[in-house]
Amino acid sequence: MFFRTAWLVLKKDAAIEAKSWEVLTTTLFFAVSCVLIFSFAFVKEGRAVEDAAAGILWIAIAFSGTLALGRTFERERYGETLRALLLAPAPRAALYVGKLLGMLALLGLAELLLVPLVALLFQATLFARPLLLIALLAGGTIGFCAVGTLFAAMLVRARSRDVLLPILLYPIIIPVIIAGVRGTAALLGATPDEPTAIMWIGVLGAFDVVFVTLSLWTFEPLMTE
Amino acid sequence: MSLRRLLIALTSFVLLAAPAFALQPPKGQSEFVPVNEVPAADQLPAAPLLIVAYAFVWAATLVYVWSIWRRMNKVEDDMRALAQKMPHR
Amino acid sequence: MRKVFGPLAAFTGLMFVASPFVVARAPFESSMGIVSKIFYFHVPSWFAMFTAIAICGAASLIHLFRTSPRADRIAEAAGEIAVVFGLMGLVTGPMWGRKAWGVWWIWDAKLTIALLLEMTFISGVLVRKYGGPGSDKLAAAVGIFGLAVTPFVYEAVNIWRTIHPLTSVVPTLPATMAVPFWYCVTAYMLLLAVLLMLRVNLGKRQAALDELYLAYED
Repeated sequence: MFFRTAWLVLKKDAAIEAKSWEVLTTTLFFAVSCVLIFSFAFVKEGRAVEDAAAGILWIAIAFSGTLALGRTFERERYGETLRALLLAPAPRAALYVGKLLGMLALLGLAELLLVPLVALLFQATLFARPLLLIALLAGGTIGFCAVGTLFAAMLVRARSRDVLLPILLYPIIIPVIIAGVRGTAALLGATPDEPTAIMWIGVLGAFDVVFVTLSLWTFEPLMTE
Repeated sequence: MSLRRLLIALTSFVLLAAPAFALQPPKGQSEFVPVNEVPAADQLPAAPLLIVAYAFVWAATLVYVWSIWRRMNKVEDDMRALAQKMPHR
Repeated sequence: MRKVFGPLAAFTGLMFVASPFVVARAPFESSMGIVSKIFYFHVPSWFAMFTAIAICGAASLIHLFRTSPRADRIAEAAGEIAVVFGLMGLVTGPMWGRKAWGVWWIWDAKLTIALLLEMTFISGVLVRKYGGPGSDKLAAAVGIFGLAVTPFVYEAVNIWRTIHPLTSVVPTLPATMAVPFWYCVTAYMLLLAVLLMLRVNLGKRQAALDELYLAYED
């Protein structure tokens, strides 16, 4: 029942998105613009600063993720379907998981585009250890989306919700970003520093477990209003 | 949330965090940088810093207490204004 | 307000007034001279902040799952006070660091995550102010998540060995330094209690005012 509900929520969002592809295309384009702005900001003597690659990748993920979070729940509020969802005879946490999976898919697609772009623009050897990079990105994205989905959902009825989402979200997930950036930077050296990267993947995993659990636990009381 | 889920979450947390504690990154400094290694032009006299730190603690406390006092006055004023209006209803 | 408040506030004030004399009698730390005495105001600030964060987190949990207005008031008060003590720590720390390390700020793990905690609880205060109705539960969630991040703060120093003093400094203090240190910690904890009482009282009066408004409108 739980996973069926989550799957149904995911399918519903995917079906709505497939009509216009609005959120996907605008998020992707925003992510690319982010990277471009940063590359202009960090160019020195005509070449991009190399070490900036890891940071820029994760900043682009964070910023485009924040926008996408706001827009996904905006749809629910606009269509006034949020109350219908909450009234459905399904565990509330399953709604959260469905939304989370949708966000993960969206950010995953964005990262598919961002990683090669960053590797290209900054001559960053991101593909030296592809499995470790995927693990880092997965761990970081799950951590970001777990907290982000919860906060976006709970802010959907608040005033000043657009600016409150980053204000509330960023302090909580910046440790995830730090771990992601440090891990990615470890992989970008002349010889990829695998033990450090693996350590950071462990930190991200620990974060994910804590925050997904916490989010599942608090989603129900937060949406009961 | 069931006890089982909590136990699973705790176990996964410990398993995932273990490498983080086991694999330490290269050691940085573990002592203070002695102040005489900082160039002389950079050194500040110490006593004013200490006094400012202590004064800041007092200032922060007093500003916060004053802010509470100010808000309390406003609440009391509103209550009085409201209490005056009430008997007339 | 409880009757113990007056004497407690007076006693706390006295402790703080006396603290420079207590601290002055502690010996100088070997490598840094007089500026190391900031340690007696800096570390207790962080102890007080962490205590306030713990109180805020516990009260937030209670309010979120049992909707208790009393717990909400305590969470609101503790959150604000955590910001105040955090500010003290973030100002006294760089003053110490400027003298001891030569720089005002370093992006090492402990400072970074301490700054993040401060921002988390400032965001909690902001959401209560600007979030509109229902923001008490949102602030409770922020409080809980802020509490969840705190262990990572304390462990960060053990994972990333950087120029910030190791967390094991406190247990190994010699007695002549331990006495002033724990004196200052006690003073800060009493200050925390005094401020909490003040702020919760304000919250109670605000709640009473809201009820008056509702009764008035009926």
